[in-house]
Amino acid sequence: MINSPLLQCNQVRKAFPKPDGEELLVLDGMNLELREGQIMGLLGRSGSGKSTLLRLIAGLAEPSAGEVQYLGHPVVGPARGIAMVFQSFALFPWLTVFENVALGLEAQNLPRAEIRKRSLAAIDLIGLDGFESAYPRELSGGMRQRVGFARALVVHPNILLMDEPFSALDVLTAETLRTDFLDLWAEGRMPIKGVILVTHNIEEAVLMCDRILVFGSNPGRILSEIKVTLPQPRNRLDPSFRELVERIYVEMTARPKGAGPGGRQERFPGLGIGSVLPHVGSNILSGLMEAVAAAPFKGKADLPEIASDLQMEIDELFPVAETLQLLRFAELEGGDLKLTEDGLAFAHADIDERKRIFLRHLLAYVPLAAHIRRVLDERVSHSARKSRFIDELEDFMSEDDAEQTLRAVIRWARYAEAFAYDDENAMFSLENPT
Amino acid sequence: MKRFEPYVFLKGLASRWDVLAFIVVIGLIAFLGETAHGLFDPLAKLEAVPLSLDPVHLPEYAARTTFRMLAALFFSLVFTLTYATWAAKSERAGRLLVPILDILQSVPILGFISITSVFFLSLAPGRVLGAEFVAIFAIFTSQAWNMAFSFYQSLRTVPVELMEAAESFRLSAWMRFWQLETPFALPALVWNMMLSMSGGWFFVVASESITVGHSSVALPGVGSYIALAIQEKNLRAIGWAILTMLIVILLYDQLLFRPLVAWVDRFRVEQEPGERVPDSWALTMMRRSRLITASTLAFHKAVFWTSRLVKRTDKPLVEEQDRPKRRSLDLLWVSLLVVAVAGGLWHILAVLVVNTPLAEALHVCGLACLTMARVFILIALASVVWVPIGVWVGMRPRAAQIVQPIAQFMAAFPANLLFPIAVYGIVVGKLNPDVFLSPLMILGTQWYILFNIIAGATTIPAEMRYAATNFGIKGWLWWRRVALPAVLPFYVTGAITASGGSWNAAQVSELVSWGHTQIRARGLGAYIADAAAMGNFHQIILGVGVMSLFVVVINRLFWRPLYYYAERKYRMT
Repeated sequence: MINSPLLQCNQVRKAFPKPDGEELLVLDGMNLELREGQIMGLLGRSGSGKSTLLRLIAGLAEPSAGEVQYLGHPVVGPARGIAMVFQSFALFPWLTVFENVALGLEAQNLPRAEIRKRSLAAIDLIGLDGFESAYPRELSGGMRQRVGFARALVVHPNILLMDEPFSALDVLTAETLRTDFLDLWAEGRMPIKGVILVTHNIEEAVLMCDRILVFGSNPGRILSEIKVTLPQPRNRLDPSFRELVERIYVEMTARPKGAGPGGRQERFPGLGIGSVLPHVGSNILSGLMEAVAAAPFKGKADLPEIASDLQMEIDELFPVAETLQLLRFAELEGGDLKLTEDGLAFAHADIDERKRIFLRHLLAYVPLAAHIRRVLDERVSHSARKSRFIDELEDFMSEDDAEQTLRAVIRWARYAEAFAYDDENAMFSLENPT
Repeated sequence: MKRFEPYVFLKGLASRWDVLAFIVVIGLIAFLGETAHGLFDPLAKLEAVPLSLDPVHLPEYAARTTFRMLAALFFSLVFTLTYATWAAKSERAGRLLVPILDILQSVPILGFISITSVFFLSLAPGRVLGAEFVAIFAIFTSQAWNMAFSFYQSLRTVPVELMEAAESFRLSAWMRFWQLETPFALPALVWNMMLSMSGGWFFVVASESITVGHSSVALPGVGSYIALAIQEKNLRAIGWAILTMLIVILLYDQLLFRPLVAWVDRFRVEQEPGERVPDSWALTMMRRSRLITASTLAFHKAVFWTSRLVKRTDKPLVEEQDRPKRRSLDLLWVSLLVVAVAGGLWHILAVLVVNTPLAEALHVCGLACLTMARVFILIALASVVWVPIGVWVGMRPRAAQIVQPIAQFMAAFPANLLFPIAVYGIVVGKLNPDVFLSPLMILGTQWYILFNIIAGATTIPAEMRYAATNFGIKGWLWWRRVALPAVLPFYVTGAITASGGSWNAAQVSELVSWGHTQIRARGLGAYIADAAAMGNFHQIILGVGVMSLFVVVINRLFWRPLYYYAERKYRMT
């Protein structure tokens, strides 16, 4: 039975009830299979449901429809052979390293001597020798995550789930942990048979995984699957490595094909008044435009290049790039970010000129901003309550999204001096504050 | 195209918030005038117009009581801003002032009333005002200390960078106090004001009927109303008083504390985005109303102008130059201390030790041990009940949202209003008072344990809970290794407050009466209450002294080490 999968998801769907009675769909039609000896990557932005999927697999939550199967049996509740490593480490601060590692075995009611032996072995394996009696707060981030790994490995799981395990660490530490993990995996010294890694770091996925599933959002689903056949250990500077990274960027920035699903633009559906706006400030918008306008990009930048240049992960970069696209300051296509004429003009302008350009684009391409401005212009008092617009927005979106959208517009409008907003009174107005 | 709006001129004149604000402000002024005009009446007039149990009078009584609370809160604030600032700013003074505050905090409140009443009555001889002073001072003593403590601690922990910024912008000490230190201290101070308030409500009942020697004064108020109802065994009147109190506390919460908490939120230094910002309709009203905005503007102007008047004095960076001067100041300070300590010792010797037989002292210590046993047993019992419930509620955000405000409200409600009902039960059921009076001590204070546990359980990070589930940690192992350690720091905070409150409550719960029947539990609280009723000064001082001693020692040897241990080992960062 060498070919039977470790884990299978069949048509898994997850939705959460919203306060207004409708439901929020986070995952739909999810099919995947993990086979022995594989490291599978789930790559996508926050909100694409990849962490939710991981929790469904771990049995920490239940799917609304469909089924997760582990070794041919449905997963109901936390399964014995599936262990998890967390982004925030999730160590118990009142337990020593040893006690943290031993806890999972204690829960299995094993004899004391065995708990001790296995815990020390796991601590030894992961390179924590000498730290047994330390408390988590005494350790650096990297050492803490090692405890997280030891704690997961000690229960001898078949499948190791990793939820962005390196994203809370600094660059150097993360790289050390990655290589240590890959070494142990290659040498077969860990008891695990398969790994699922959730990440939003494209290079990390290409570095570690045998298969990468690229996730799209609203609702979360698999856009494509990419096989990585490069031999381990992989070299980030290797041309074929770079090529693969580039390919995934293109994949993730692809325009929607016709009316069908699968594109990035659907975050701003229809671009009417009811579209949810991202929370991106004017400084980072100007910053990205300046970076793209300057040498060596000269107005057109390759996304992976500018991402590594600016030390930004896709989670941070994409919303900014998309906002530029929304404001028609840039075009996103084929993994490239290309400034429009006005985008270039903005990058080279002084502060006042920038504000003028921004104001023009804001009122022309963000219908909500134009709408608020029109209302304020029409009224004799030139003022309007926030609740008026919130009510309008809530016809299209959830309460939280309405709040976020209005905040985004307020930020941009303040920068463009399109209108003023007084937070204490929750009032929009055309006046400048006194 | 402009839209036509009718009555636009009216819109400029007043907003509907202005109308609301107008009603509230005029109401407040009328209320203050109403309550203040009786202050200068002679005491004899109080006796001429006896209290009435007719519920028609309750609104007026409630107003008088509320006024006392407000006045005491005002004095507590003044005390806090001066005493705590002095303690924080002067290292020399702080060394003495902080321990004094610590002791004052542990002195039972009834002790303050009986010892100081003569002095305050003599301030306005023969007038109601003197008796009001006594009541207000009693409430003050139940509010001021922890407020001062919180302010002191905030002043000591202003972030270094903010201090350096203030320094580099050359703010004068006066400006720094109003622009940096006070705003920084406000959130903690408001929280402590709320705690103080519930302590105040508890003793307002005890402080309105003052007994000095053989004469007694009953100030018009809810407290006196209840005392009279107990005397006349009128359960219905007690029900009315409880209802009144519920309404008053609700109003206080809505009109004073909710707006304060919402307002103070902006002074938090580390603001977690995404956390829910507190909301208050009353604060919205104040912000929307031009009337009230104008009056706050006056305060800002005052701060602005006084800041200009008080010039910055440049402090030399190296303070070593003035060594001889400093040394002589130190010498002066130490000699003052020696004189004060010697004087205090002599007084203790002359008044207390000489007049107290050893047997009496031992007897009082024995009573204190009884009360201590009661407090500890009750805290343990309350913990066994409320810790599991609190954890259960805290892990469910929906339940926590409902239960948390209720628990806080219960903590604010003066539990001694419910005593008569319990006493009635004990009298009718002929129960053993030594046992059955005890729960009254914790009736009002157990809620601190509950709401701290709830707060603690809500802070357990989701990932940590997932980790526990993922590794199959269940049942007793889960309680032992996950839930209990996670809430321990919060539990200790709650238990300390509950324990302190229970010691104080002992004075009113160990000796209770119903009509002419008195029931007592053996303990230090009953001893002090007895002594206060008879006006026996030596016994009062002895009882109060022993109680303070016990509370201070228990805090130092038990609660404080436990608190630091829990903070160090179990606090999540």
